[in-house]
Amino acid sequence: MDFLNTHLLSLILFLPTIAALIMLFLPGAETKLLRWYALGASLIPFVLTLVLWNNFDPNTTGFQFQETYPWYEALNSSLHLGVDGISITMVLLTTLLTPLAILASFSVTDRVKPYMMLFLFLETGMLGVFMSLDLLIFFVFWEIGLVPMYFLINQWGSANKDYASLKFMIYTMGGSLGLLLAVQMLGVLFGTYDLVALYERWNSLDAGSVLLGMPVHTIKTIAFWAFTIAFAVKVPLWPFHTWLPDAHTEAPTAGSMILAGVLLKLGAYGFIRLVLPLYPLEAKIFAGALAVLAVGAIVFGAFGSFGQTDFKRLVAYSSVNHMGFVVLGIAAAGLAAGTPDAHIAMNGAVLQMFNHGLSAAGMFFLVGVIYERTHTRNLEEFGGLFPLVPIYGGILIFMSMASLGLPGLNGFVSEFMVVRGAYPVLTIYTAISMLGLLFTGAYILKGIMKVLHGPMNEHWAHGVHKLTEINTREIFVVVPLMILILVIGIYPAWILEVINKAVVALF
Amino acid sequence: MTTELLIWLIPLPPLLAFFLIVLFTNKSKALSHSIAVGAAFLSWLGAMIVFARALGVEHLGEHPFESAVNWLPTGETWLKIGVLIDPLSAAVLFFVAWTVLMIFIYSVGYHNYGQPEGDHDHAGLPPHGATVHGHTVPSIEPMYSRFFAFIGLFAFGMYTLVVSDNLLTLFVGWEIMGLCSYLLIGFWYAKPSARNAAVKAFMTTRIGDVFMLLGIAFLYSVTGTLSYREIFTEEILHTLAIVPTGVFGLSAAGLIALLLFIGTVGKSAQFPLHVWLPDAMEGPTPVSAMIHAATMVSAGVYAVIRMFPLLSLDPKTMTIVAFIGAFTAIFAATIAVAQNDIKRVLAYSTISQLGFMIAALGIGAYVAAVFHLITHAFFKALLFLGSGSVIHGMEHGVLHTGDHKVDPQDMFNMGGLRKKMPITFWTFLIGGFALSGFPLITAGFWSKDEILADAFGHGHMAVFITLAIAAFMTAFYTMRQITLTFLGEPRTKEAEHAQENKWTMTAPLVVLSFFAITYGWVGIPEHFPVLGGLVPNWFHEFVGGTLAEHPEAVEFNIVPLATSLFVALGGLFFGWLAYRNVQSPAEDKLQIGVLKNKWYFDEIYGFLFIKPAIWFSEVFVSKWMDKGFIDGILHLVGPATGGVGSAIRNYFDLPVINQFFGDGSADATWWVGKNLRPIQTGRIQQYLILSLVVLFVVGGLLYFFLLARSA
Repeated sequence: MDFLNTHLLSLILFLPTIAALIMLFLPGAETKLLRWYALGASLIPFVLTLVLWNNFDPNTTGFQFQETYPWYEALNSSLHLGVDGISITMVLLTTLLTPLAILASFSVTDRVKPYMMLFLFLETGMLGVFMSLDLLIFFVFWEIGLVPMYFLINQWGSANKDYASLKFMIYTMGGSLGLLLAVQMLGVLFGTYDLVALYERWNSLDAGSVLLGMPVHTIKTIAFWAFTIAFAVKVPLWPFHTWLPDAHTEAPTAGSMILAGVLLKLGAYGFIRLVLPLYPLEAKIFAGALAVLAVGAIVFGAFGSFGQTDFKRLVAYSSVNHMGFVVLGIAAAGLAAGTPDAHIAMNGAVLQMFNHGLSAAGMFFLVGVIYERTHTRNLEEFGGLFPLVPIYGGILIFMSMASLGLPGLNGFVSEFMVVRGAYPVLTIYTAISMLGLLFTGAYILKGIMKVLHGPMNEHWAHGVHKLTEINTREIFVVVPLMILILVIGIYPAWILEVINKAVVALF
Repeated sequence: MTTELLIWLIPLPPLLAFFLIVLFTNKSKALSHSIAVGAAFLSWLGAMIVFARALGVEHLGEHPFESAVNWLPTGETWLKIGVLIDPLSAAVLFFVAWTVLMIFIYSVGYHNYGQPEGDHDHAGLPPHGATVHGHTVPSIEPMYSRFFAFIGLFAFGMYTLVVSDNLLTLFVGWEIMGLCSYLLIGFWYAKPSARNAAVKAFMTTRIGDVFMLLGIAFLYSVTGTLSYREIFTEEILHTLAIVPTGVFGLSAAGLIALLLFIGTVGKSAQFPLHVWLPDAMEGPTPVSAMIHAATMVSAGVYAVIRMFPLLSLDPKTMTIVAFIGAFTAIFAATIAVAQNDIKRVLAYSTISQLGFMIAALGIGAYVAAVFHLITHAFFKALLFLGSGSVIHGMEHGVLHTGDHKVDPQDMFNMGGLRKKMPITFWTFLIGGFALSGFPLITAGFWSKDEILADAFGHGHMAVFITLAIAAFMTAFYTMRQITLTFLGEPRTKEAEHAQENKWTMTAPLVVLSFFAITYGWVGIPEHFPVLGGLVPNWFHEFVGGTLAEHPEAVEFNIVPLATSLFVALGGLFFGWLAYRNVQSPAEDKLQIGVLKNKWYFDEIYGFLFIKPAIWFSEVFVSKWMDKGFIDGILHLVGPATGGVGSAIRNYFDLPVINQFFGDGSADATWWVGKNLRPIQTGRIQQYLILSLVVLFVVGGLLYFFLLARSA
């Protein structure tokens, strides 16, 4: 037990990779075995995360369950892991969504072994970002996560997969170039990559002093934007968002679930973990600029979604819209740092990350369910499916309403907190973002109307095209999400208390 | 059980019913409706007990039942949510409980419980009838259980809204009702008209909702709380009244109230967001009664009434509210006059009557607004259910003749129904008279009279005259409706074969008509001639106690009384006179295009907002901005990078590295080799001579460098 407690984070982090390596030795033809093995392997980190959540003490400030292992001693970079109230919710989200994504992938028949292995590798990559307390390690995991996703889209995607996977890979890597340089600069300046040390030393720099031949302020501004652009591409903020609809649309269903559910959160997490603590002054100065990009994402994301005729693209654009609220909250928290407004906005932003993870994964899964049966995503070919698949229809309406931010479900709580936190400091931006909120309704209702409502669809009602109802396995994928959505909507305090304590301590 | 706990429990049974039906009992129609009606009954019972206990508390306004719990951690503090029963919510709870229970019972009959399943019915369409022994009889609704689940969730939303002690849970209930209204208006989703009406209702009200959300955020930011009783303290109200916002010269209080009021404009279908309500008549009739009379649209007015202490701080906002209300009252009345669909007349009448309440609030007539809200809920629910009963009776006729082209909702297809459907007729008459404000007997008279008296008494003459004209038109179109529907002789075969409905449908009508009469008697002004003072003006005393300062009853004046007598009786009389012999729409002189087409608002909005929004989304954002501009740049960057790459290859790698260094060094080596070839002759003598030469040269050099120089 002692070993478990002291190595909890590294176990959660590396078990998926170990499981994936063991999988190499399993027979590739036994698809059933491979699927159940992968599911079981991904459930272990989830159970360990529950242990972690249970043993986590929200009242202690700072990072808990810290572990440090030497890694690249010449550079003073070490494998330093730890979680606080913000990252632990992201760890929970990741370890929850991965088994669900794997269960959702049971219908994949093509090269099951590498497919499942990639998902397990992906999990390690994502968890690494959330657990790292070392900038270099953070960057390593940041990039590692790209590789499995690239192959998942490129090998198991749909028609336009080459274009989409390349765009995804190049765009994200291109965005990270500045991040890499800025990380190295910090390492060179302070001789360490350790985040906890950097927080202190970087911020205690005298603003008037000169570094590398430039004033500190200039250096910080450049580094701020280098970080910001990398994360803005990942979130994605307008106008860096166009990789997302392509990648989401072409990715296999489970890939989209993880992509929307967790990968987008890496960007927002970067803002929270690195940008705001390392550049509090710049975050305040450039809050307006960040808010413009966020509001752009909210408004244009909503309009973009409303303008789609492809069901999956519609849902993909909705992610742009929802993640915009996360960044609006972050911008407000940066601007109002130290005030109750900042705390509320940041609480809202972190909870919105978690909530969007649930609802977006659910929405993409439901799109996948219907795509698997009809092999089309064109909204014009649907309509009138409700009488054919009433259970699916009910679940789709539920999930859509969660995405719409209906009070009583989770999205409302976080959006309300973001709006409340941002309103006093970014009033005009918040008011404009309401236009996005209005059109969130428009695209959600468009989706429901075009898929479910209308005269019964004869094409999918009979014969070879007969649409079959959502099956038990698929219900098992979606029900945990629905329960969490409802529970957070009704009683958000259980998760918000954990977030709130960390937020108050940090911002 | 403590009253506070009971209040917490009131909204829960219908929610539980929703989950039970959706998850478990949806296959069994009997079980589903039993659960739903049972749940509505439990909530009704709880509400009645709470209401009775509230009556027993002296100065309930100052010592309401309240209880709150921590809900949302916000930094160092918590956002609390809780329940509150003060006089206002007690009065509202009373009518909500009654109307909801009646509507639940009515739905059992309306959806043809006990009838066989239809021959060709399927989910998403209204039932078409079943053949039994060669006769066509009504068939049961295919989605019967689902209906009860939805109205259960709806009732939960309304109860939540009423018992809330804060704006946040009010908003939660508000939006849940919005969802249910969407689901219920689009209940027969296979009909394109119903599907579109559902989306229209949701989107139009959502416009109001986003403003309301802003208002809530603003209020919360300024005061740090959302609980009514914490906001309505003198200190906070004073702060809100003096903080300027820089928007239209409004104070914080004025702007917040205005933002919240826009939410009400959407929810209560006030001009200019009124367009959704008439289309919402696509839903089943019990839904119309529930959403469009008794609960959801009332919730909009309730929210403004709740916020009255805030609203009344800024005269500018009050003026806006009064204007919107009065304008809506008369504007909707002009449209109602020209409608032929029995439910659409009621829909516009609802918009108009809600306008009365809003106008009353705008001129500060707090108690009158609440009074009219409650009486209206009773008689309008009655009228909607009555119209549903008429339609249901007419559908009998349609099934009998088999001519499905006859619209069972068109009043010109009716006539003479008083003999066929006596209970429906008498109860509808009561409802109609209450709506018209028929003097002394009906509840509508007392509440409407109070609004007019208040407007007159406080010198708001413009509002007074507008509302008086609107009231005249109300009586006129109501009598037109009654005349066309029930009086005279049947104009079609279908009307001849219309039938009275089962007790599940008529009993609720009777109960509601009881309230449509008697509820007026609890609010008779003290100085009213003859009747005044016989019964105490309980309503004014009770509801007025909600406010910190008890509002004074307006002094009696003969002018508004005479006006209200004249408009009610005159309107009824002229309505009868004009329509008693009208047989077809062609003879109806008021079928004016602009009124019939609702002043062309749908077309104008379509042109101004909907089409541009679709163009903006599909063309501007999706095609031009994302695909064209942003991706265009990315696609330029791609080839540009490729261009740099091939330029490097073509102008550096190939000529410099490959040709100059690579090929060049190879060439040089080859050249040297070639030129050295002549000495590789293979003759030993030459090699020996060469080595001799080398020996001498090397030896000479060695000698020179090593020995000679060192010497």
